Amino acid sequence: MPKVIENVGCPYCGCSCDDVRVTVSDDGKKVLEVENVCAIGTEIFKHGSSDHRIRKPRLRQPDGSMKDITYEEAIEWTAQHLYKAKKPLMYGFGSTNCEGQAAAARVMETAGGMLDNCATICHGPSFLAIFDNGYPTCTLGEVKNRADVIVYWGSNPAHAHPRHMSRYSIFPRGFFTGKGQKKRTVIVVDPRYTDTANVADIHLRVKQGHDYELFDAFRMVVNGHADDLPDVVADVPKEQILEVAEIMANARFGTTFFGMGLTHSDGRNHNIDIAISLTRDLNKVAKWTIMAMRGHYNIAGPGVVWSWTFGFPYCLDLTKKNYAHMNPGETSSVDMAMRDEVDMFINIGTDAGAHFPIPAVQHLKKHPWVTIDPSINMASEISDLHIPVCICGVDVGGVVYRMDNVPIQFRQVIDPQGLLDDETLLNKIADRLDELNAQGA
Amino acid sequence: MAEKYILNMITQRAVEEGIAMEIGKTSPEYFDACNIIEMNEQDMKKLGILKNTNVRVTSESGQVIVKAVVARQTVYPGLCHIRQGVWANQVVPPRTQSTGAPQYSGFPVTVESAPEEKLKTALQLVQGAVGMWKEV
Repeated sequence: MPKVIENVGCPYCGCSCDDVRVTVSDDGKKVLEVENVCAIGTEIFKHGSSDHRIRKPRLRQPDGSMKDITYEEAIEWTAQHLYKAKKPLMYGFGSTNCEGQAAAARVMETAGGMLDNCATICHGPSFLAIFDNGYPTCTLGEVKNRADVIVYWGSNPAHAHPRHMSRYSIFPRGFFTGKGQKKRTVIVVDPRYTDTANVADIHLRVKQGHDYELFDAFRMVVNGHADDLPDVVADVPKEQILEVAEIMANARFGTTFFGMGLTHSDGRNHNIDIAISLTRDLNKVAKWTIMAMRGHYNIAGPGVVWSWTFGFPYCLDLTKKNYAHMNPGETSSVDMAMRDEVDMFINIGTDAGAHFPIPAVQHLKKHPWVTIDPSINMASEISDLHIPVCICGVDVGGVVYRMDNVPIQFRQVIDPQGLLDDETLLNKIADRLDELNAQGA
Repeated sequence: MAEKYILNMITQRAVEEGIAMEIGKTSPEYFDACNIIEMNEQDMKKLGILKNTNVRVTSESGQVIVKAVVARQTVYPGLCHIRQGVWANQVVPPRTQSTGAPQYSGFPVTVESAPEEKLKTALQLVQGAVGMWKEV
């Protein structure tokens, strides 16, 4: 009899949906059906039970081909290269459980290297703004139950977080929001008329890269200087700014969700900084909160795990071993790559080959490159060693942090069939490194 | 000969790209989802670019051949969009304003009609960039 597993977590975006129903085959090796999941999540579960999955580590040969090796050989190769490297970098963790992230911290502390996660090219600037200016946030449950005004600024959940609007923000009927969408006002600020803008009540078509000015205009209005506002700010007419400011000021409970439109554009952390300041200003007259639209189901995880381990969420320099240091621009992955500072690269639970600007990939590729990832991707196809692992939420469970920093227990739904999970693999690498360090001492 | 004119490029997610990425980055789905540039129709006319033909996009850090389409999620004239991924990252400048985050959105590019050029696969681009691509 196929078995139905309820309340399964979906390992795709920052929504970390935990209401998925998965039907698995008799032998527990195949996913037969998934329900309550978006189109992207469906592909992950399908991929998890695909016959084409890589199940053995592969080492690149002198002729450029890849040869299957055992996990023991892969662990030895990685540990030896980490031991030799002066400044190795381990980067990724978009798709890893917290247990794996903690084990990674152990590896890089033992190796004396650099440790970074995908936030570095994603919501890293948000962290910088949050350090400077605080984070008046809430949970997604509060948004669902209380929010009557929703702002999506520089984020497009219709594409990047497919169930965000239906599960948390616009459509659900919550405790104090029994009428759902009918009683909510949705404002989208985006240079494109996105599919999210299409379901909004108001779309502010901001000039790309000029978000800071528009935030500033809202702050002027909220602080009583509306008369001094120019006729147009960042391509948005004054009347529209006044209209939206009025809606914001009269909110019972408002939430601003911001995304890559702010963190990837000119200004970076300053765009988030002023978004937080606007939230603070609005809290003088209404109740407002703000939240980063984290991209992956557990990309909030490394920020949490490493903050309690080392005191910093990303861009960690552990080369001194006994104390950690963080300075984005200096210790961030892309900057280090561009200065050609690292002499070994471990890509784990992400794909730097596809998602780093190509000049950074070219620099990193000058040195030994290990990819720890369940799939064939660009990083695996240029790496010297590819170690396949379990997919969190499919072949292995674990704790993940949703975008609002709420921890959720993910479940294992199918048998890993011999694959190691990140935590076990990384702890074995750390054990071997301990041995090498002891021999060397 | 169409004139050269500077457009502002942004590279962000799309659900088609997300689905294709989970199917696999070497899949035809990923190829179809990510090697397009979404433009405003006025810009295409101005640059003499026909719909669904190939163009060369050049930035300060590289160039890539992609297929030009009219953006369904519309962009205003002067703005263009390539979905995040392998093709976009051929032209994304690695400068980070000392934050670690590259300039994925808001960088100047030129777009020229190049109907005779062929699109490269993801592997061809990435392996090619690091000297590993072998024609089969």
